[in-house]
Amino acid sequence: MCLRGIALRQNFFSHYGRQLSTLAGLLGLSLVLWALTPHFLTVSNLLNVAEQATIIAIVAVGMTFVIITAGIDLSVGSVLAFAGVVMASALHQGVPLPVALLVGLGIGLLCGLVNGLLITIGRLPPFIATLGMMSVARGTALMFTEGRPVSGFSEGFRSLATGEVLHVPTPVIIMIAVYAVAHFVLKRTKLGRYTYAIGGNEEAALLSGINVKLYKTMVYGLAGMLGGLAAILLTARLNSAQPIAGMNYELDAIAATVIGGTSLLGGEGTVMGTLIGALIMAVLRNGLNLLGVSSFIQQIVIGSVIIVAVLIDMALKRRGK
Amino acid sequence: MADASVLEMRHIRKTFPGVVALDDVDFELRRGEVHILLGENGAGKSTLMKILSGAYQKSAGEIILDGAEMEIKNPKHAQTLGISTIYQEFNLIPHLSVGENIFLGREPSHLPGVIDQRAIFQEATRALSNLGLTLNPRKLVKELRVAEQQMVEVAKALSLDARILIMDEPTAALTEHEIKELFATIRTLKDKGVAIVYISHRMEELFEIGDRVTVLRDGCSVGTYDVRGMSKSELIRLMVNRELTDLFPKERAMRGPEVVRVEGLSTKGGLKDISFTLHKGEVLGIAGLLGAGRTELARAIFGLDKITSGTIYINGGPQRIGSPRAAINFGIGFLTEDRKSQGLVLPLSVKENLCLSSVDKFSSWGVMNTNEEQQAASRYVEELRIRTPSLDQKVVFLSGGNQQKVVLSKWLCSEAEVFIFDEPTRGVDVGAKAEIYQLMNRLTATGVAIIMISSELLEVLGMSDRVLVMRGGRIAGEFSAEEATQERILQCALGE
Repeated sequence: MCLRGIALRQNFFSHYGRQLSTLAGLLGLSLVLWALTPHFLTVSNLLNVAEQATIIAIVAVGMTFVIITAGIDLSVGSVLAFAGVVMASALHQGVPLPVALLVGLGIGLLCGLVNGLLITIGRLPPFIATLGMMSVARGTALMFTEGRPVSGFSEGFRSLATGEVLHVPTPVIIMIAVYAVAHFVLKRTKLGRYTYAIGGNEEAALLSGINVKLYKTMVYGLAGMLGGLAAILLTARLNSAQPIAGMNYELDAIAATVIGGTSLLGGEGTVMGTLIGALIMAVLRNGLNLLGVSSFIQQIVIGSVIIVAVLIDMALKRRGK
Repeated sequence: MADASVLEMRHIRKTFPGVVALDDVDFELRRGEVHILLGENGAGKSTLMKILSGAYQKSAGEIILDGAEMEIKNPKHAQTLGISTIYQEFNLIPHLSVGENIFLGREPSHLPGVIDQRAIFQEATRALSNLGLTLNPRKLVKELRVAEQQMVEVAKALSLDARILIMDEPTAALTEHEIKELFATIRTLKDKGVAIVYISHRMEELFEIGDRVTVLRDGCSVGTYDVRGMSKSELIRLMVNRELTDLFPKERAMRGPEVVRVEGLSTKGGLKDISFTLHKGEVLGIAGLLGAGRTELARAIFGLDKITSGTIYINGGPQRIGSPRAAINFGIGFLTEDRKSQGLVLPLSVKENLCLSSVDKFSSWGVMNTNEEQQAASRYVEELRIRTPSLDQKVVFLSGGNQQKVVLSKWLCSEAEVFIFDEPTRGVDVGAKAEIYQLMNRLTATGVAIIMISSELLEVLGMSDRVLVMRGGRIAGEFSAEEATQERILQCALGE
């Protein structure tokens, strides 16, 4: 019985210890900001932070899946822009709202599946395949719109970003739902189990009878589709779809994922960690804005935080072994 | 002069955690001789040579070089002492030229940091012509034939003033003509007084090029002999002369109907015209030297290598096995030789690894039934006595024997009826070995058929109902348990 108690405790820490330390980082950061500025810890500001975090946080869910398979997706920011302008044009053409939303998600899914097929069937390194898609999707979005934004939508569509449920902004609710589903998928479904297995040891996964190509393609498709979802929310918030939207979002998503404890080597990571990572980035930006720090210095601070977070993570892992 | 001893290794002992790899081995090397090192896989040849080349540190014993005792600290140190090794895998950089490879790491230069290219090619030409070679030193290594690459390695060793040259299976990848060229070079080296340690499994070479031979067996030295005056059969007897101990708790099971029949199987992986049958309840041992095609056979049956001709019948019906997934659906399980790189997903837990091949069984509509999974996992952990603090322990933290049991459980859990074991007890301690043998008995008792690939002759003899011997991608012989002896199997594997 005693042994079992020890085992349980070990498990608790091996499973949640990493997230607890990231969470401690988030809380610590919040405390510092609270001490520095009274404006930080207000309900309206915190909701504002959460809303700012939503787009990157949703993109980062797909990125987490991809990185757990030991891959990378550099295209997701461009895919977001592409999906956004196509959906916006569809709305302008008078396509019914639900269909337009499906178009947005579908374009994202399609780009993701192409990434997946290039990587699995074409045997391209993920870095190269998605680097190519990054450029192709961006170029297509610009060509499609001739470089101009597509703006002005119905109240119904914009309420996706501006609406509230019990005073909580709709995008935050959507984000929470995405994370709940993603957490369930990773922990409790076949797709999740195979995602970890492929990233942990692709050869062993193949030899265990896993259809590695199929599941990898699905993961890239999922990442693309979440890019489409992020496109919907961003377009609704701005009341405009920009062909240059989502620039560098892939880098922010990778940063959130890595701060959240997902290893770029694959095989480990959690979406809850990624959520905390995305919140850390949003809190940091918000706090620096409240403190009136220039945007140039903000970049320096955020870059340093990413490096320090991963250094701490690696040190903790080494000690764990 | 010819008899001057350059090296003496005395009472060499080498232990790894839990294993004695070498015990009280003596080895003496003379100027200008080709000294053959002979022994089965795992007899300790490589370990002995790794100690000499500085890759390993001996646990006990002494090394005497030119009459003075010497500690060989690392490979670099061995090189400065004049000891060079030519491994089977060459240490050459393909995109650099022959000359640049020969002088890699000690490039001549006049200005700091600037390489004197002219000097490199002049020196390289001289080093090559010393060996009687006319290779262009400006050619890129990747454009050379294997035999030429080997010559570059030899030239590199000589330009390091090697007096002792260790060659590990140097002819493994060479054609007959290239072997002749290599032997000519070796004779040139002998004339220059270089002492050569030559590791090879090929008996005929031994008699052609060797002066003396030292036979190792199970980490002990059997003795050193003049090659002239020895016969092949005498040497084979020396290599294997051992008693079957009661390490192997073999229980013969009822031989049932045929489950697998392979007819005329050839693959891109190098199998040629393989035919055999496998019956329920039997252990079919597969013996052969490294590179004989044993693992390739397993890969072909498991749907990993493309089959170019021939048919595999499962339960009497001809089947196309195009992927591991298909093989698993036919009830085949494959315990790979390399657990860590192929058998396990190290960052995942015991439970997750154990259920990896049977996720479909524990899920509906893609959602895992974690309760059932948990129960199944704990049943196997108990049954196989896998020592782990919990089902959620990452397998990377388990011992080798327990990791092997997790892989085994994975296939038990997937309800495999044909098990392919590739080196099932490599890197596993004696206690866990016995448990794995017991498990094989239990499997065959329930009608499971086992293909067991092993480099340990005793294991093959101790556990098999029948033995296939492979050589050069073909089946070289088949023996019943009664007919099989160490001498017969080894003779067959060596092609005598």
